[in-house]
Amino acid sequence: MGGLVDWLLAALVLGAAAWTLAAPTGFAAVVGFVGFGLLVTLAWVRLGAVDVALTEAAIGAGATGVILLMAVVRLRGGAEEVSAATPGRAVMVAAGLLAGGVGLALALAVLALPDPAPGLAAAAMARRGELGLGNPVAAVLMGYRGLDTLLESVVLVFAVLAVWSMAPDRRWGGIPGPRFPRQEAGPLALLARLLLPIGLVIGIHVAWVGAEAPGGKFQGGTILAAMWVLAWVAGLVQPPAIASQAVRLALVAGPLAFLLAGFAGMALGEGFLAWPPGLAKPMILLVEAAMTLSVAAALALLVAGPPERAA
Amino acid sequence: MSGTTPGGWLLVLALALPVGGMLLAFALGGRTAERIALGVLGLGTVLAGMIAAEVYAAGAPLAYRLGGWAPPLGLRLQADGLAAAMLLTAALVLLAVALFGRAAQATPPGVQEARAPFTFWTFLLALAASLAAAFLGGDLFNLFVALEMLTFAALSLACLDGRPSQFRSELRYLFFALIGSVLYLLGTALLYGAHGTLDIALLAERAGADLPTLLAAALMTAGLLAKMALFPLHLWLPPAHAGAPPAASALLSGLVVKAAFVLLLRLWIWVLPPVPAGAGAPLLAGLGAAAILVGSLIALRQERLKLLVAYSTVAQIGYLFLMLPLVLAGDPEAAARAWLGGILQAASHAFAKAAMFLSAGLVAGALGHDRVAELGGAGRAMPMAVIAFGLAGLSLMGIPPSGGFTAKWLLLTAALGTGQWWWAAVILGGGLLTGGYVYRVLAGSLTAPPAAAPRPEPPAQGPERVALALALVSVALGLVPLASFGLVQIGRPILGGAP
Repeated sequence: MGGLVDWLLAALVLGAAAWTLAAPTGFAAVVGFVGFGLLVTLAWVRLGAVDVALTEAAIGAGATGVILLMAVVRLRGGAEEVSAATPGRAVMVAAGLLAGGVGLALALAVLALPDPAPGLAAAAMARRGELGLGNPVAAVLMGYRGLDTLLESVVLVFAVLAVWSMAPDRRWGGIPGPRFPRQEAGPLALLARLLLPIGLVIGIHVAWVGAEAPGGKFQGGTILAAMWVLAWVAGLVQPPAIASQAVRLALVAGPLAFLLAGFAGMALGEGFLAWPPGLAKPMILLVEAAMTLSVAAALALLVAGPPERAA
Repeated sequence: MSGTTPGGWLLVLALALPVGGMLLAFALGGRTAERIALGVLGLGTVLAGMIAAEVYAAGAPLAYRLGGWAPPLGLRLQADGLAAAMLLTAALVLLAVALFGRAAQATPPGVQEARAPFTFWTFLLALAASLAAAFLGGDLFNLFVALEMLTFAALSLACLDGRPSQFRSELRYLFFALIGSVLYLLGTALLYGAHGTLDIALLAERAGADLPTLLAAALMTAGLLAKMALFPLHLWLPPAHAGAPPAASALLSGLVVKAAFVLLLRLWIWVLPPVPAGAGAPLLAGLGAAAILVGSLIALRQERLKLLVAYSTVAQIGYLFLMLPLVLAGDPEAAARAWLGGILQAASHAFAKAAMFLSAGLVAGALGHDRVAELGGAGRAMPMAVIAFGLAGLSLMGIPPSGGFTAKWLLLTAALGTGQWWWAAVILGGGLLTGGYVYRVLAGSLTAPPAAAPRPEPPAQGPERVALALALVSVALGLVPLASFGLVQIGRPILGGAP
């Protein structure tokens, strides 16, 4: 039975990918992409990787889908430039053959991997208690491979600034994105009022349980960002001006807190990015809270885009 | 190998300082961002010098075990001779570009924060952090994060002018860089699946010539080649580098492509066993040879100065790949020469190319155009910039005394020593072609200006001096006695011996 479900899922993933590539319009392709992301989410669940599944759903399908959708909306009216930039049939066939070849080689290599796979899962599981964490994925992200997480959170700041820096000079310091009219009635207004409080609670919960169960700052932050985007699109809130000190502090709070905690480890613990014994759990939670805020701010501002009007 | 060595804390500072500086510069903005950048890059140069001195004095790599977790579970930072040399090169070039940028990107007191200066200073620090992460990382996934940081920083610096035409070339760069990242990431996943670790030192012990390892190496190599713009994946580089503002072009051509090269060396010299690496190396060197010849020939025919300099980068990157078959040939003496030659080529090209782009930018700014055929009068109006261009050109051609000469001579003798004379022929031919395009620019600049031409505005002295200083460093590298370059050999795996 399980085998049949897996075969079906694999076929659907490939089908969704093919459909996304063949989609006639940008909008249809984004819909296909989001569907593809959700199917891949299911595949991760089948593989028992619930943390990865949550991330795929929140960031792979959700946040990326919204950003792609915004791009499709912005590309409207630029049909000529889009078709000029679209590669020709020969290039597409060549790219397809190349991708197919790489896929085939990957499949052969994956079949040649040692079984059982050598890995660090047992070690990651065994030592998570030293950090006071129940979820081994959280132990990897905040403990064993903390530098990866620190640098990834810094990349988010890079990304926001990169988007901002594409604005025209005269818009610097202004407000990002279009202005949406306030929705008083209709499905969007209802959704924004009903879903918002629930979504905020869920977002904070997902971030909070990350220490013990699947979840964490990236997934929770994404849900919080999605709620803000919903309120923005419904006209309930306006994006803040990019010159605002509060926005900038919210963006750097997470990585800066992580960096400071890293130095605290140098002073009190075994070294840079070590969690001082006894203080590990509370410090990790503090850093994770700051990271959740920064992830949410960064993703929301990435969706909003470069500044477009004066503050 | 996995413990922390004395002086290991320097590595933490070398990475954390630009990261923290970038975050603070971003939060505080305006004039403060500029001050933080200049301070951090100055301190970074001191730190890089201390790291190089420590590695040299100890005769062994520095290492720092992060968070107290030993690899494979944890991560480590490490600085061997290669990392120390590249870190110092990057620190010096970054500081020089920062000083160069003070004229154009200053925020005078009382003036509101503006887009270009804020982006410039913040991403200068971002680039410093990315390069430190790429040189000091000891884990293939951690290096992937460094590559991602590098892509964003380089892209944003290249778009500093905010011109839509530039966005188009940079978008193409982004596609190449992202496809490169995907291929690299696929490779790391395969390596983890096959060997249960991504730590470079541990992989060096575990990796064999099995299918997953070889496919992973092929994918990662292809990805890194796309990021380095090795022929025939070079198409994105000339418009992306030539269209950027001069300070950004200097960093992109001088440093950013070198970070991918360091990763390539980690993969080919450390991770891969010598037998498959030795078999694949002539292929990469062949592409490098093609890059030298094709890049130089196209550079010869360019009508715009900045495009000429960008095609010269395509060619000069090719030289880096010639070291691979020579290092892997199995002759320890030739391997040491080729290794030093390759790293010296990376460093001297970083200084020379930064000097070239900065002086080309000054010339273009003063003349109001960068048409190679109409450079007349440039030599009289801004002698320092033209001299800087010429000195940098000497190093690229490989004329003694210059860092480029020593690098190419070492590669040449290693090629002859291992009986691979064809690479020597490519090095000589490339030098002649380089001489051709540098001569075109110099000869044009030294002629009298056409009578009707408007008098060029002489540029500010400060930026001209920076360009000249960079060119002088690239030449001075050739005057350093070879024995003092023992630094770069520290920590290099010796074929057939323990790493």
